[in-house]
This record gives sequence, C-alpha cells and structure tokens, in this order.
Amino acid sequence: MRYQMSWLLAGGLVVTGPAVAVAQDVLTIGVRSEAASMDPHWTQLSGDTQVQEHIFERLVGLSPTSQPIPGLAVSWEPIDETTWEFKLREGVKWHDGEDFTADDVIFTYDRLRAGVSGAPASPAFQLEKGGKQWMKVDDYTVHITTDGPYPTMAEDLAMLPIIAEHAASGAEPSVDFNTGAAAIGTGPYMFEEYSPGSQITVKAFNDYWGGEPHWDQVVFRPVGQDSAHLAALLNGDVDMIDYPPTIDIPQIVENPDFTVSTIPADRLIYIIPGNKHVEPFITDVDGAPMMPNPLRDWRVRKALSLAINREAIRDRIMGGASLPAKNIVPPGFFGYVEELEADPYDPEQAQALLAEAGYGDGFNITLHGPNDRYINDQRILEAVAQMWSRVGLPTEVDAMPRNVFFSRLIRGDELSMPGFDVPEFSIALTGWGTVAGEATYTVSGTLETYNAATGGGNGNFGRYSNAEVDARSVRAKRTIDNDERRAILEEAITIGMEDYAYIPIHFQVNQWAMKSNLEHEPRTNERTRAMDVRRVD
Amino acid sequence: MSGAMAHAAPPPGVWRAFLRSPAAVAALAVFSAFCVVAVIGPWIAPQNPYDLAQVDIMDSLLPPGSESWTGMPYYLGTDGQGRDMLSAMIYGIRISLLVGLASGIIALAVGTIVGLVAAYRGGWVDTVLMRIVDLQLSFPTILVALILLVILGRGVDKIIFALVVVQWAYFARTVRGVALVESAREYVDAARGLRLGALRILFGHILPNCLPTMLVVATMQMAAAISLEATLSFLGLGLPPTRPSLGLLIANGFDYLQSGRYWISVLPGLVLLAIIVSANVLGDRLRDTLNPHL
Amino acid sequence: MTEYIAKRLLQALLVLAVMTVLVFFGVNVIGNPVYIFASSECDQPCLDKIITDLGLDRPIWEQYWVFVGNLLQGDLGNSFTHGVPAMSLIWERLPATLELAVCALVIALAVGLPLGVAAGLRPTHWTSRIIMGFSMLAFSVPVFWIGLIMIIVFSVTLGWMPAVGRGDTVEILGVDLSLFTLDGLHHLAMPAFTLSLIMMAMVIRLTRAGMREVLFSDYIRFARANGIRESRILSLHVMRNILIPIVTVLGMEFGGVIAFAVVVESIFSWPGVGKMLIDAIAVLDRPLIVAYLIFVVIMFVALNLLTDILYSVLDPRVRLGGAR
Repeated sequence: MRYQMSWLLAGGLVVTGPAVAVAQDVLTIGVRSEAASMDPHWTQLSGDTQVQEHIFERLVGLSPTSQPIPGLAVSWEPIDETTWEFKLREGVKWHDGEDFTADDVIFTYDRLRAGVSGAPASPAFQLEKGGKQWMKVDDYTVHITTDGPYPTMAEDLAMLPIIAEHAASGAEPSVDFNTGAAAIGTGPYMFEEYSPGSQITVKAFNDYWGGEPHWDQVVFRPVGQDSAHLAALLNGDVDMIDYPPTIDIPQIVENPDFTVSTIPADRLIYIIPGNKHVEPFITDVDGAPMMPNPLRDWRVRKALSLAINREAIRDRIMGGASLPAKNIVPPGFFGYVEELEADPYDPEQAQALLAEAGYGDGFNITLHGPNDRYINDQRILEAVAQMWSRVGLPTEVDAMPRNVFFSRLIRGDELSMPGFDVPEFSIALTGWGTVAGEATYTVSGTLETYNAATGGGNGNFGRYSNAEVDARSVRAKRTIDNDERRAILEEAITIGMEDYAYIPIHFQVNQWAMKSNLEHEPRTNERTRAMDVRRVD
Repeated sequence: MSGAMAHAAPPPGVWRAFLRSPAAVAALAVFSAFCVVAVIGPWIAPQNPYDLAQVDIMDSLLPPGSESWTGMPYYLGTDGQGRDMLSAMIYGIRISLLVGLASGIIALAVGTIVGLVAAYRGGWVDTVLMRIVDLQLSFPTILVALILLVILGRGVDKIIFALVVVQWAYFARTVRGVALVESAREYVDAARGLRLGALRILFGHILPNCLPTMLVVATMQMAAAISLEATLSFLGLGLPPTRPSLGLLIANGFDYLQSGRYWISVLPGLVLLAIIVSANVLGDRLRDTLNPHL
Repeated sequence: MTEYIAKRLLQALLVLAVMTVLVFFGVNVIGNPVYIFASSECDQPCLDKIITDLGLDRPIWEQYWVFVGNLLQGDLGNSFTHGVPAMSLIWERLPATLELAVCALVIALAVGLPLGVAAGLRPTHWTSRIIMGFSMLAFSVPVFWIGLIMIIVFSVTLGWMPAVGRGDTVEILGVDLSLFTLDGLHHLAMPAFTLSLIMMAMVIRLTRAGMREVLFSDYIRFARANGIRESRILSLHVMRNILIPIVTVLGMEFGGVIAFAVVVESIFSWPGVGKMLIDAIAVLDRPLIVAYLIFVVIMFVALNLLTDILYSVLDPRVRLGGAR
C-alpha cells in the first residue's frame, strides 16, 4: 500500500513538471463570480459574458466607455427609414480555421429567435425589440429591418455574440459549449478548459484578425467576494482581481507591489419611492398607514434627497470610489446631462421642506434593499437610514439576499397577476446598469409609465408616471438622428430628475487590483478582460 | 409522593462536588456574567445600536479608545457604520443568548413531551416516535438548519424554529431513555397501583427524575445552538443584519481584518468563544458530578 | 430476517418519498430565479419567455410529477445556471469534498490519538490538563471563526499559505485529486485542519476515556502481572480495544463532516459540493439545490439502512426488537 502511494506521488510530480518548465505568459484573474456556461446565449450575467467575450465577438464592439465600435462588422448605416445595412469584416477566421461569413450571423440570430432550450436568460429579446428581421445580401453584407425607425440598432447588436454555424448547428445548448466542441469563436482567445468551481482557461488564437493576443494563456479562477479574495492577490495566487474590497483600496494603493485601476461604472445606485395611494411601509408616528402617501409629494422626495450625505457615503463607505449623482447615465454616455448636479447635503432645508409639506412631525419608513448585489449595498442602506432618522423620519432597514429582494421588488404585492406586476416595497434601493452606453432604454425603463405590453417602465418599480416624460421617451425611441434624440433624452431626464422620480445616490466606480507589473484599461461595463491587460515590466 | 420528591432532589454534596473544580467555578462566573449583561444590557450600553439616529457614519471605523465628535468615548471602537462596538456586542450577546435559551427551552419542552409519551405508552407509539427521532438525528444539524433557513428566510423567530427542529430529538431520546429506566422502578408501580392518572405519574414522578440528565443535555445543546446560530449568520442565512448577533458582527468585521481593524471581528469572536466554552465546561462538570448515564 | 430487512427498506423508501416532497416544495416557495438571470433591459415578453423556458409556468404539482418521474430515471434535472445535468455537477465536485473530509479525518486521528493516549496515561498530569483544555477549545470554537483567523494569520500576515482555492490536481483512476502535488497539499492544509478540529476534539476525548477504562480492566492488569512490556501492552492490547469505539463514532460522524464542509468550503473557496450548494442558493439554482439535497438524503438514508442491517445481522436482539 505504502509502495503504491509513493508511486502515485512520483507520478504526480512528473505530471506537473512540464507545465512549470515551459516559460509562458499566463495571466491568472481572480473573479468574484465564475462563468456558469460557455454558451454565449445562455445568460447575460456579467460573470458569464466577460469570459465568453474572449472567445466570441459581436457585430458591434463596445469601447471602454461602452460606445459602439466596429467588431465583426466594419460599418453600419441606415439605408432607409426601417433598414440598417451592416458590412462585415472580411478575412476573419474561426478558431478551427473556417471563414466567417454572413451565414454565421444569420445562423446565430435564427438560433436566438428559435429559442435556446433551457437557457435561463438568453439575450434573444434584443432581437424582438423593434420587430427585427434579418436577411443576408451577400457573404459580407446583412440587412436588418424593423417595424419603424429604430435608432439603437448598433447598441442592441453589441449584446449578441456570433457563433459558428459549422460548429454549433445541432449542438446541445450549454453542454456542447462547456466541453469546447461548439465553443468555436472568432475572438482573440480559444477555449481550452472549463472546470466549474475550479478554473476556466483560454489560450491565444494567433490568427486573430486584430493581431496576436498579449497572453499565451488566461486563467479565470473564482475567488469569492469577501476579503479572502484579496488575500489571493496579496499572496500571489492570482495576478489580478475584480471588485477589490473598497475598504482595503488605500492599503493596496500604498503597497508598491500592487496597483489599482478605476473607472466610473454604468451602474447607477438609487432609491425608488413608491407611488401607490397607500404604502404599507410608510406609517405615521402612531404606526398607522398614511393617506395620502407622503412620497407622492415631490417636496417630500426632494427632502429625502437633501437629507442624504452622498460625500459621507463616498468617503466612509465606498473608500472614495463613487460618483455622487443626479444623472441617470454616467459622464461620457449618450444622454448625460451636464447641468444636473448631485444634491448637496442640507438637512435643514430637508426639514423645512417636510414641514412645508405638512410632515413636520415626521413619519416612519422601512427601507428595503439587497445585501449581496451592489457594492456595499447594505452599508449604504444603513447609512441612508441613519441620515433620514436624523431629520426626523425614523427609518428601519430590511436588507435581503438578491434572490428574494428582486422578486419582491418587481411583483411582491399580492395584487400581482400575469402580465401585471405590482411591486411590494414602499421605498427601496436598487441599481440600473446602462449596458448599451446610451440612455434611450434607461429613460424608457426607469422613467416611463409602467406598461407590460410595450415594455415601457419595466424597471419603474415605484410606478412613477409623468405624461411629459412619457411623450419624450416614446419619441426618442423613434428618432434616428443622434443630435435630435440626445436633446429629447436630455429633456426627459431633466424633467424626471427635477421631479425626483427617484433619488439617485451615486454611480458605482469599477475597480480592479493587480500586480504592479500589469497595466489595465478599465471598462465602464464591469467586464474583466485579458485583452485590456498587458505586462509593463 | 414524598419518596418521589426525595428521589428527584440532587444527592447531597453535588453542589460541593461541582465547586471543587476551579475551571467549572470560573465558567459559571463567566456564563452568569454574560447572562447578567444580556438582561441589563439596554441600561448599561452607552448607545442603542438599533436606534439609527444615534449612530453616525462619520464615526465609522474608529479604533478602541477614540471619541466621537460629540465627545462620547468609544471604549472598544466603532464598526463600519459608526456603531459603538461595546454597545453592539452587549446587544449581540443578548440576541445570541436569547436564541440559544429560547430554542433550548422550546426544544426541551417538545422533546420532553415526546420522550415521556414514547416511554410511557410504549408499543407502536414508541416505535413511530423513535423512528422519527432516529431519522432526525441521522441528518447533520447544520444541514437541516441550513435548508430550513433557505426555505424560511431570515429572522429571529425563524432561526429559533430551525434550532428547535434540530435540537428536540436529542431531548426526546434522552428523556425517553431515562424515563424507561424510571418507569420500571417500584415507585411508579406503586403510583400505578394507587390508580394515579397517567399525567400525574408522568409529570409528578417520572419527569422530576429526568431533570439532572436534561440539565446536562440542555447546557451542552445551548452551547451548540449558539455556535450554530453564529455559523448560519456568518453564511448569511441567520439573523437580519440590522439586529446583529455575535456571529453577524464577526462576519461584518471580517471585511476589515485585512486593513488591520481587528477589533470589529476579533472582540465579538472572543466573546462568542467565551460563552460557548463556559457553557461547555459547565455541561461537562455537571455531567461529571450528576453522573447521569449518557 | 428477510422480513426485517424488507420492512426497513420500505421505511427507507417512505422516508425518501417524504423528503422529496419536502425538499421540492420547500425550494419552490423561495424567491424567483427569473429576475436573477434577466438583464435590466428584459421586458415582459422576455420575462415570460424565460419563465416558459424554465418550466415555471406549469402548475407546481405537474412540475413535481415531472421531477419524480425524472428522479426515478436518475435524472435530477439540469442546473439553471450551468445548463448541464445537476447530478454530473455533483459527481464532478464530490471528489474535492471527499478529499477534504478524508484528510480532515486523517489529521484528526493523527493528532487526536497520541494526545488522547497521553492524556489517558497520566490523567492528573499538567500536560493532560492542557490537552483536555485544548480539546474543549477545539470542540467549542466555531469552525468559521477559526478559519478566518487562520487566513488572517497564515495567508495575510505571514503569507505562508494560499488563502483560497484548490491547488494543482492529478488524475488518479479517473478522479482529479490534489493530494499528490505539492501545490495541492499546500492549498489543502488549512481547510483540512480547520475541518478536522471538531473531530480531533472528539478523538481525544474518546481515546482518553477508552484508555482509562481499558487500563484498569482485569486483563491488562493480568498482562502487567505477567511482565509483558508496557509498550507492547499499549500498542497491542489497549489500542485494539479503544480503536473500535473510535472508528464506530467517526464512521457515524463522517456524514456530519461532509455537511460541515459547507462552511469550510465557503470560507476557503474550496470547489466542492458544499461551496456549490452555497453558490446555488445565492442564484437560486433550484434544480441544483434540490439535487444536492436529494443526493444527501439518499446518502444518509442508505448509510442508516446499511448500519441497521449490519447491526441486525450481528445482533439478533435488534431484529427481534424490531419485529415486536
């Protein structure tokens, strides 16, 4: 028995030997959440897409600030009111050496429309928006038509990874991608190994149309999200981590062996006041329900905003890494309104406004929110509750795991029925990421009146409703001219935010921590990609 | 009747035997001290950590011995929200002990009834009840509690329920064992002969004789329950974060350990350890002195 | 005999049936997985499509019958998140957990036995007081807390040990094991030690108690009187007698160790089934949660059944008692 053991031990050493001996440029990234599948049409979780982006590309790429740039398409333009023409890149090779053509694009979109069996959240709905139809014109031209004028075509297609017809037709969703058989893409890295829970590995694709990749091999290793994952960086298990704990940022910055990269995120953290006539979690000083609901008075909403000390949240909770805001998209995004500045901290005026609105004696609030979704979400909730309590609105916090929180936020009230959601919470903290780099669907989703049929207000969980905003939002969705659309969006945003449709707190700031011999170009959309990292020693 | 009562009282000298161990005396002192702190907590804590108007984010992460901007001293520092650690720990002790005691007492009550009934009735009642007990005991406590909390969600009532579910079977089995031995004794036969009611025999005669054993099991179970609650809270499945127990305080403080702010996690950890160790030492000593056959 | 086994088998099946109902319906009450997967831009038709794809639009009874039907064919459904059979994920990750649990067991025995023997030989000596104090501490200290302290001391402050994950693995008999590489051992040490503490405390106490009982037994006195060397008495007679209860208890506790691995795995990001369960809870991957629970239930029911049958074979009284 002992004999056999030592033999096994020796065998083990022989196996690991060569891997160490070959000098390779390997980048090991410690990620908070690992990719659940290598099928790019399986989910849209950012932990999944960031790994898939190494292998698969889209017609339209996204710049670091999420603006559309050429990807597998070199150019696109509207050729009439309802048709967009996409010119594809020529000479692009799939990882197995086949040529990329328009057939692959058609195959991909057909697969999505037919439905990816079992996929929890395929991005197929991007194709339904505007009633898109697609047609191959020649090997390198594709036409996409819509019901009416459709301005955000490039943004939509930037969400749809293209897969190879010859490799993926007939493949079993997710399963065949996880084995690598169907995971044939055009991206700079090729599938190498997928062992969930342990690591995911991709290797360089030297025939990549954009030139040879920087790394021979990239390893993604799940490291959890508490401070243990910083330890993985500090003692050299990984070269780089996403979401370093904000509290430890100063310590990492001071350490000469490590460095931090930073960029404002597309994710707005905000508080949604409810607009029902009576809100269950807003009660008067005796604990009785209030009629009318004070949150329907915009002075109360403004008071709530003025009572929040956003700088204190930034400095004491976010480690300096947040961007106090009154806008709904971050600076640099299409639709950012220069004039909207974050509300100052002014508890006196908040109290004056409350008194003016007739709530000088205050009322009780229960503030809901997730505790595992956004950066420091629970601590922000508690800080806001402190601040509101101090202006005379005793506030309780009810924080819960995201899997419970979101279903209650969206349709937790018992009046909900299929096709008609009634949110449960009276006032809740949540976040919205403008993935497309463009504010049209952020305005439509968060400010427009809720309408399940049109998809308007699908993120409007306070059921805010303002005809002036609605008119502009609907018009923006039909306006192709960029300048005109920008003007309409800015008007809609200004009207909504001056009315305190919701109470913005800040934009998150994305941070990465890495060894100091690495240089990283950060992205607003939170993706961690080896393409953005290079060695600088 | 009087004979039964004499039987129930601890044999003379148990108390003296108990006191002979310095470790046990120290454990008793420590545990009692924590109980006292838990009871009078709201009157001795410098701050009410649940009243958010008293907690100021600007005072967050101050080391022990600092002062707030109003001059209030923070003897043990503050946590990430600006909560006074001393006050948070006092309230945390309250919650941890409350959860441990409440779940222990309810489980004891449920387990005692089940055990007595099983022992007294015997037959198929006994068989069925003990199969359920065996089944319950064959699953690891942490797994059962974890599943229950995943289903039920968070809250003091829910964690107490989960802890009762994982504990009652221990009591049931122990009580049944002791009760079987007791009901074979002469005094029970005598009581039966006197045509005393079943309830009276169970609760008046058999139950008092189970007490020493139950005391030992209860002490050990409480230590286990407090530890389990802390573990579940640490996994994010126990108590709501605004009413932190010791386990949750430790979990929160973990985020700050790397930046050298040890007090947020280490201090509540030591208190938790002290409570569990003292309860276990007490249980151990009780077992040695009362010498029930466990 | 056959009747007894048949009866126990029937009971076990009944338990299994009850557990599937409890687990399936319990898990279906919580949360709503759709919103975790849907992007913020996903509108109503998109949400409806996700619901249909996941089979969540069908009545829960129908979902249950489908579930039971599949279960009987050994199919516990596909994981929502991974899209692959839930059972295959469990099999894939089970070796990591078993490796951790077995190593913890070995550590517990390797450290606990000598300490227990030492404490049993000289029960009043100061060393045995320290040993018993240590066992009390190891028994009391919450596993997660000791894990955190170890990470802080050995990974962060001293930098000796990797904080998270599993090291290099080697495939042995078709199973990936990290036990046989240096890097693997390096990663394994802290989690295995953390997991071993409770068992270690138990081994110390059992050994000490066993030692004291056996040392005063007649045949040991006899052996001594016959002039057999003390070391021989210890290694041959005493050890043989105390090992039996220890092995029995550890065998029974092994399931508990696998359950406690949930805690250790989530602290050290160890890619075993426990970590998988916690991850699955976070994203509400119902098939995976259900599969894990059913798997554990089957494992425990089978173990119990086996023990019962073995006992009944060894000890006829049980059989008669059971047939009463």
